[in-house]
Amino acid sequence: MSTAAVPVPEDWHPPDRGVVGIASFIVAEAALFLMFLIGYLFYLGKSLNRPYPAQVLKTPVFITICLLSSSATIVLAERALRRDAVRRFLLWLGATILLALIFLAGTGLEWRELIVDDHLTIATNVFGTTFYSLVGLHATHVTIGLIFMLIVMIASLTGFPVQTQERRIRFLSWYWHFVDVVWVFVFLVVYVIGR
Amino acid sequence: MFVVVASILVLLQTGGLRERRVANIFRPLGTQAAHEYEIALFTFAITGAIFVIVAGLLFYIIWRFRHRPSDHNPDEPPQVYGSNQIEIAWTFIPILGVFVLIGVTSRFIFSLQDTTSQTPAERIRIVGHQWWWEVHYPDYGVVTANEIHIPVSGSTGRPVLLQLESADVIHSFWVPQLSGKTDLIPGRANTMWIDARAPGIYLGNCAEYCGTQHANMLLRVFAEPKPAYDNWIAAQRRSAQSDAAQSGRNVFESLSCVNCHTIRGTVAKGVFGPDLTHLMSRTTIAAGMLENTPKNLRDWVNDPQEMKPGSLMPSMKLTGAELNAIMSYLESLH
Amino acid sequence: MPIESTAEQPRVFSLSERLYPWVASTDHKRLGIMYVIAALLFLVVAGAQALLMRTQLAVPMNHVVSPAMYNRLFTMHGTTMVFLVGMPLLAGFTNYLVPLMLGARDMAFPRLNAFGFWAFLFGGLLLYYGYLGGGGLYGSGSAPDVGWFAYAPLTERAFSRGSSTDYWILGVMLTGFGSLASAINVIATTLSLRCPGMNLSRMPLFVWLMLIDSWLILIALPPLNAAQIMLLLDRRFGAHFFDTQAGGSALLWQHFFWIFGHPEVYILIFPAFGIVSEVVPVFSRKPIFGRQAMVAAVVAIGFISTSVWAHHMFTVGMTSISNAFFAASTMLVAIPTGIKIFNWLATMYGGKILLEVPMLFCCAFIFHFLIAGLTGVMLAVAPFDWQLHDSYFVIGHFHFTLIGGFVFGMFAGIYYWFPKATGRMWNGKLAKLHFWLFVIGFDLTFVPMHFLGFLGMPRRIYTYAPGRGWELLNFIETVGAYVQAIAIACFVINTIHSIRKGRRAGGDPWDAWTLEWSTASPPPEYNFEVIPVVRSSRPLWDLKHPQDPDWKYE
Repeated sequence: MSTAAVPVPEDWHPPDRGVVGIASFIVAEAALFLMFLIGYLFYLGKSLNRPYPAQVLKTPVFITICLLSSSATIVLAERALRRDAVRRFLLWLGATILLALIFLAGTGLEWRELIVDDHLTIATNVFGTTFYSLVGLHATHVTIGLIFMLIVMIASLTGFPVQTQERRIRFLSWYWHFVDVVWVFVFLVVYVIGR
Repeated sequence: MFVVVASILVLLQTGGLRERRVANIFRPLGTQAAHEYEIALFTFAITGAIFVIVAGLLFYIIWRFRHRPSDHNPDEPPQVYGSNQIEIAWTFIPILGVFVLIGVTSRFIFSLQDTTSQTPAERIRIVGHQWWWEVHYPDYGVVTANEIHIPVSGSTGRPVLLQLESADVIHSFWVPQLSGKTDLIPGRANTMWIDARAPGIYLGNCAEYCGTQHANMLLRVFAEPKPAYDNWIAAQRRSAQSDAAQSGRNVFESLSCVNCHTIRGTVAKGVFGPDLTHLMSRTTIAAGMLENTPKNLRDWVNDPQEMKPGSLMPSMKLTGAELNAIMSYLESLH
Repeated sequence: MPIESTAEQPRVFSLSERLYPWVASTDHKRLGIMYVIAALLFLVVAGAQALLMRTQLAVPMNHVVSPAMYNRLFTMHGTTMVFLVGMPLLAGFTNYLVPLMLGARDMAFPRLNAFGFWAFLFGGLLLYYGYLGGGGLYGSGSAPDVGWFAYAPLTERAFSRGSSTDYWILGVMLTGFGSLASAINVIATTLSLRCPGMNLSRMPLFVWLMLIDSWLILIALPPLNAAQIMLLLDRRFGAHFFDTQAGGSALLWQHFFWIFGHPEVYILIFPAFGIVSEVVPVFSRKPIFGRQAMVAAVVAIGFISTSVWAHHMFTVGMTSISNAFFAASTMLVAIPTGIKIFNWLATMYGGKILLEVPMLFCCAFIFHFLIAGLTGVMLAVAPFDWQLHDSYFVIGHFHFTLIGGFVFGMFAGIYYWFPKATGRMWNGKLAKLHFWLFVIGFDLTFVPMHFLGFLGMPRRIYTYAPGRGWELLNFIETVGAYVQAIAIACFVINTIHSIRKGRRAGGDPWDAWTLEWSTASPPPEYNFEVIPVVRSSRPLWDLKHPQDPDWKYE
């Protein structure tokens, strides 16, 4: 097929496929979380037996600060990578990983207290059902992000030139920001509205 | 001969009521069904007109513009890309039509659903089970199963209010000639109005898949003139006769039948299966699946799983003597 | 591709050597073909399930299958047709055609494409494994038997013992991940890989439809996954989402399912719309009438379809305001759909209509989808729906949309692009026989169902008593089912024979105008030697008619 007859338009700049891909993925994940948030709101006040949210929920301020800060640290990591400062990149990536781990550990401790001390499990009542499933879904997504960040870190530490993967690491950071935004909504619904 | 006798017996039992086996929604005999029929006709008029016009156009266009073998013109036909005016026209007209339909539909919805100001002729509470209908007349203390009696609305002028609940999964109450359906949803009580303008036995089905024997969860609504209805209520209010078939009754009360079934006036107070106090007043058993004949009843009690596999009544493994005794007792429960 | 041997004798390739290029492929054309073949295999399975059901219902009080078996049949038939025939067929067409139509070499993410296919296939196999493993400890049944929309609490542990429902959940969820992967891929490909000059308004309508279709998939599938995760938590971890004894809600499942379920049926019909929008112009020898209106209509349908879901719930006892809202929103969707039908008709008007088999299927599509839309309007009228809901009328309606719409559209597409994908032409006589037998058989089966609905026959019943006025219609429907089966057999024979022995087709057997027809048949792995540059929505028309190109008018 001849292309000589038609001139190539000068301003032909379709969007980056990776940007579209990760954005689409985030839209789908947002829809998933939305359903669990709706379920949580629907069942507020509908538990038939104790414990009820106001009795046992303690606002997780510290781990929230950690998680939201990890969005900042990952931005700093990206900035370093853009300047090819791999050591600094690894430092900030490590900070992000550490903050994520603290978040997960804090969630784990919170759950332990709820299960052992307050006798709240997923099977106790609809509060337990919606709480563990929503917070658990979020924690799963944090874990997946964490695993990806660990892969990047280990790859770099074992010699892989991660500065060539700046674009993909940026997509990972967008996923990470999304996970943090979801936490804002979960926090509002569970610990603010829900009590 | 047997068929003739059986039919006469059934007719006698049903007080001469005609069984309306064909439940055509376009022959409505209840107020709700009649309103639904009205709006159905209106809808048919609009959709019918659209169909005739558009399908007619399609066939016309195919016929007129099809390429015939005799047509040797090699040129392509005129390349027409579109027309804004035409697009607007055939957007605007359907919008009008749709808004008319939305308006009429909304009016019908509000008038059919928000009839709370009416006083019901009767109140009936129905609890759906896998795969039978528990029927209560709370104003009279009557409990029965699967067959519902209502007074013909002509004589009272008022419809009956049904309260619909479920003991297990979702069911749906549908007697097409009398009314559209309403679901029975566990954890929720729905209400619906029903009335019959002519006497008869109206057939219906459970209309929401509820498990293995969903197909055999049938409904019968007996619409009777008020005096006949009042007689039925009076008979149903009585406890079971205590003097008939005593030995059979002893066997019944000694077996686990009493864990599931109630027979008022005896120690049987189970609530997991149908109330049997006036079993023989019903024309069918097994939720309308079988005619209430001695043979069917016997086969059912002997092995429900053979008759309605999956049903929640287990095979009781009765001996011949036990079965005979139970049968003689059950057949006394008029 | 296997490398030619330099020796005299041609080498015989072993089975694994012949399978490997397919199994390991990330080429969109190979994956597209694999999607279509797998879907057609599942079509035969689900069709057999339908034949069994129809045989059971041919006469009253029949004993061909037990009640439990019948319930499994309608569950598996519905689940298979929607998730293992509908979704992969549309993924197959999309993945095959979109890069070719856009002038690209492959999809944006070829490995993700492969993942999507294998997730679909393994999800399907997992679902069918239920026949073997579904009994669980109780031996209480095999394949899932809860209906394709699996209402709670029937699906809770108490009422669905064993593992069959879990196989339904997991199998369908896995295929859903495949659909999401495919959707992400299509969006990225469409937005990022269009060849130079192909701005969005010059994209083929099929691609437009699949772009919007993919957005619908992105927002509609996660609600289903959410509901399924919740059900799995209920069944296996003691949760109470739908456990009405503990304060859970049966209606929540319905809302969540239909928030997925309604957009899903639009997800299924859009590819058919797209195919018809490609085939009708070529076989009318005119461009599509009202391109922009067609795109706008699809966007409108996409939007509106996300707000109509509770028209599946008119009988659950919602308030009159809710019922009125959903009735209104459902009726609104008729407007853009009508616009599309009018535009197809206007395309044919004044044209030179070639009644080849692809076009025959398109004409049958327009006629039957018109009827389907109108019976849909009837169902949207909530008071009328209170009679028609859960009756055979609904079964008639949705088979008109799914077979009369989706399947007819797919057959139009298969016959249209078969020469492109295989390099061979199918047998015209056998194809016409397939067409006529299928349409006649379809109408014999599904037209009477509307009347059975009027006569009070509910859905999902394994048998019925005589004397209710249902016998004759049921019998006719069964005859129609067997006629359809013969039609499908014609199609299968034609396909297999033509692939091997059909007359060689060139690159452009239909004298069409979109980019895929500029390649050889079948296209080489790289699709285009040189990435094309386009100036209108019909680049090949411009090439063939340099005196009168489209870009002068667009």
